[in-house]
Amino acid sequence: MAAAWTVAAWACAPAPEAMTAEPDRDERSGGRLVASLRAEPQTFNPVTATDNPSRTVIALTMADLVHTNRLTQESEAALAESWTASPDGRRFTLELRRGLRFSDGHPLDADDVVFSFQVYLDAAIASSHRDLLIVGGEPIEVRKTDAHRLEVELAEPYAVGVQIFDSIAILPEHRLADAYREGRLAQAWGLSTPPEEMAGLGPFQVERYVPGERLELARNPHYWKTDQQGRRLPYLDKVVFLVIPDKEAQTIRFRTGEVDVIERLAADDFSRLEASGAGDYALHDLGPGFDLHFLFFNLNDLEDGGDEDLAARQEWFRSRGFRRAVSLAIDRDAIVKLVYQNRASALASHVTPGNKRWHHRGLPPPRRSLAAARRALEGAGFSLDAGGRLHDAGGRPVRFSIVTNSGNSERVRMATIVQEDLRQLGIEVQIAPLEFRALVDRLTKTFDFEACILGLTVGDDPNQVVNVWHSTGNGRLWRLHRTRPEPPWQLEIDRLMTVQVTEPDGAARKGLYDRVQEILAEQEPCVLLVSPNVLVGARRGLGNFRPAVLEPLTLWNVDELYWQGNDAEDRP
Amino acid sequence: MKRSASPRPALAVLGALYALVLAAGWIAPYDVHEQNRDLAWAPPTRPRFVDAEGRFQLRPFVYRQVERPGRFGQYVEDRSRAFPLRFFVTRPSTGRRHLFGVDGEARVFLLGADRFGRDQLSRLLHGGRVSLGAGLLAGLLAVALGIAAGTAAGFYGGWIDAATMRLGELFMALPWLYLLLAVRAVLPLDLTPAGAFLATTAVVGTLSWVRPARLVRGVVLSAREREFVLAARGFGASDLYLLRRHVLPQAAAVVLTQLALLVPRLVLAEVTLSFLGLGVAEPTPSWGNMLAALRQVHVLTSYWWASAPAAALVAVVLSYHRLASALQQLLGKPTP
Repeated sequence: MAAAWTVAAWACAPAPEAMTAEPDRDERSGGRLVASLRAEPQTFNPVTATDNPSRTVIALTMADLVHTNRLTQESEAALAESWTASPDGRRFTLELRRGLRFSDGHPLDADDVVFSFQVYLDAAIASSHRDLLIVGGEPIEVRKTDAHRLEVELAEPYAVGVQIFDSIAILPEHRLADAYREGRLAQAWGLSTPPEEMAGLGPFQVERYVPGERLELARNPHYWKTDQQGRRLPYLDKVVFLVIPDKEAQTIRFRTGEVDVIERLAADDFSRLEASGAGDYALHDLGPGFDLHFLFFNLNDLEDGGDEDLAARQEWFRSRGFRRAVSLAIDRDAIVKLVYQNRASALASHVTPGNKRWHHRGLPPPRRSLAAARRALEGAGFSLDAGGRLHDAGGRPVRFSIVTNSGNSERVRMATIVQEDLRQLGIEVQIAPLEFRALVDRLTKTFDFEACILGLTVGDDPNQVVNVWHSTGNGRLWRLHRTRPEPPWQLEIDRLMTVQVTEPDGAARKGLYDRVQEILAEQEPCVLLVSPNVLVGARRGLGNFRPAVLEPLTLWNVDELYWQGNDAEDRP
Repeated sequence: MKRSASPRPALAVLGALYALVLAAGWIAPYDVHEQNRDLAWAPPTRPRFVDAEGRFQLRPFVYRQVERPGRFGQYVEDRSRAFPLRFFVTRPSTGRRHLFGVDGEARVFLLGADRFGRDQLSRLLHGGRVSLGAGLLAGLLAVALGIAAGTAAGFYGGWIDAATMRLGELFMALPWLYLLLAVRAVLPLDLTPAGAFLATTAVVGTLSWVRPARLVRGVVLSAREREFVLAARGFGASDLYLLRRHVLPQAAAVVLTQLALLVPRLVLAEVTLSFLGLGVAEPTPSWGNMLAALRQVHVLTSYWWASAPAAALVAVVLSYHRLASALQQLLGKPTP
């Protein structure tokens, strides 16, 4: 049962519908929030940042034109106070708010927006946002009609509509134009940049960065948003990010009060914190999120004359019966129970149950049957020898290795359960935990792996995962290197994914995406495992804390967070 | 207070430990891979002699452990049925004999279960084979290499001596943990458990040749100038004969003591590697990868039986140190 339930003894829980709850005190302002980062950020540059820590920080220092509310998944006006769309869905007219200033006081106008999109669409810079701004094979066109009005034109109608602008940070032309002209924009705003050289429109700005240790953000006095009483947001004075690479250390520091919010708690840490009860914090189990874990095989087309063992094993991996058998043998309920302590869901579709809008409810839950698995293997030409070991039609014993990243103990545990399950089929599996960068190298450059257990965090809209399921996508980790033609079912998926991008009718689009989910469940190019629940925690007394299952989980509304009661006084 | 110089108590403890792990196949009631997924973190099963009605039973029995509904990792005993402990049982799945076991769906986990419901006692015993075996083999390897290097350096002197000693200093200066990690990274991905064991042993042993080498070199240096050696040489004895008959026996005491000091360190080296996931990997148990579960602090407080390998390690290391200490007193301190 994926109920979202709050463990808290605090008297007033804010109503989820209210934008901002009524304050207990007259003055909400002030206070400092301490959060943690799993790794150091790589850069402050919104154009080139790809890693999570950088993106987390940039979400606080930058603002977009139209923002998607992470709880309701609806679009809200941000820097653009209003917009109109043409009937054919190809043109948008956006009206910028007047009188807005960057954090350094410089005024915002349409020139900054035009400049920003020019940078994002520049092929030489190759921003990761670029792909999302190419519709119908053409980059979108952004033109200014006057100082505060813009026209955006798309080559084709785009199903996501105005959500295309979400998280596209608007850049200060006065700060970056020189760098852009000189061709060094991709290197701009690195970690050693003095804070006064950067400017943004987000609720906070970078104040101080101590490498490897902490990042301090101070409130942006020119932030555009105000609350319902007309007070300028954010309420908090400061946000501090501590760099804590170890998950265990993060949990301990949260428990002792050093860190105020924590996201992605491990299930057993969550249970421990919950059981110890007397803490000064509230824990939330938000139910299934958007993370999914899966097992995939190396289906890349390898060069001739390479590793013979791997080539032989790929014949097994390419057999649908083999993949089906592996999927039937895996005890997902055991993974949910032993690895996540029942705070996860077995996956029937690659769209997690947390994605309520797009999840295909018609798909049956994954089945576990060793007997059916054995039949599938027989049908695919495998057989057991006298010692109970599985052999293929050529007499080769079936054994392979599963790689995963050593830093993630949950994945290693999943691998142990999968290993034991496959042992029941007579398949011998070795688990090889690798350091993350070495793993990524094998998956994306050398293709020197056999099977892998990995996790993905996906966005809610189907367009955000086109690069994972489309045959040309750079996120389709099991088959990045292709020389042979794709099977018909993959071509069908390609067609469906391409068509749904421009399908304006919501119901029709859902139908198309449902069909993609059905094909993927049938063919199982990767074996889906589980989706863990989103587990977060916050210090008691943090007002307006309304965590969402979409990134950034806890800080998406950081501009509205405040300290209730006496807590504001205790915080410097 | 005069310390007893007898190595016997330490030898007895070590002998018992080694005998236990060697007999693991017989003593361990369960297969190390067998996962009982409804018994994750089950506490140690208590053999009882007094049943629910208060009657004394000569044959000990156990109750089945059942998970509390909705509470992960918490168990109650199902007192409705007693499962007598049977000795010298034959397990139907393997056809092999075991010291003890129970019938039916009950499990006798004398040292509790781990997070996958695998019997800790069985894994401790089989894991001991890996850890103690690796330590001993690596120690023998290190000592063998040390004897070879130290003898060559001490006996022939000159550039051989200089080269060997400089090389030794290099090995001692390098941080051994990083060396271990580097070597492991070069090894192939899918090492079989046997392969991983041999690789770990080889790496750990090879990196530890220096101290035995220096000690043997010292003994050889002093021994080669002794009168009986010079006399034998005068009689035309070959180098090899001199080494074998006169010089090396002097080193025996040193070597034995070194071995007794080295083996526990190398056992700990294997445990460290496996703890970091770089030695013997799951599901093959080793004390190192069993202790990796303790990385989460709450495991130590909630499931204390998971630290059984740590207690075993303490016993092993202490015994070896006592042994080394006794040997030093018995055989004399090594000359540097």
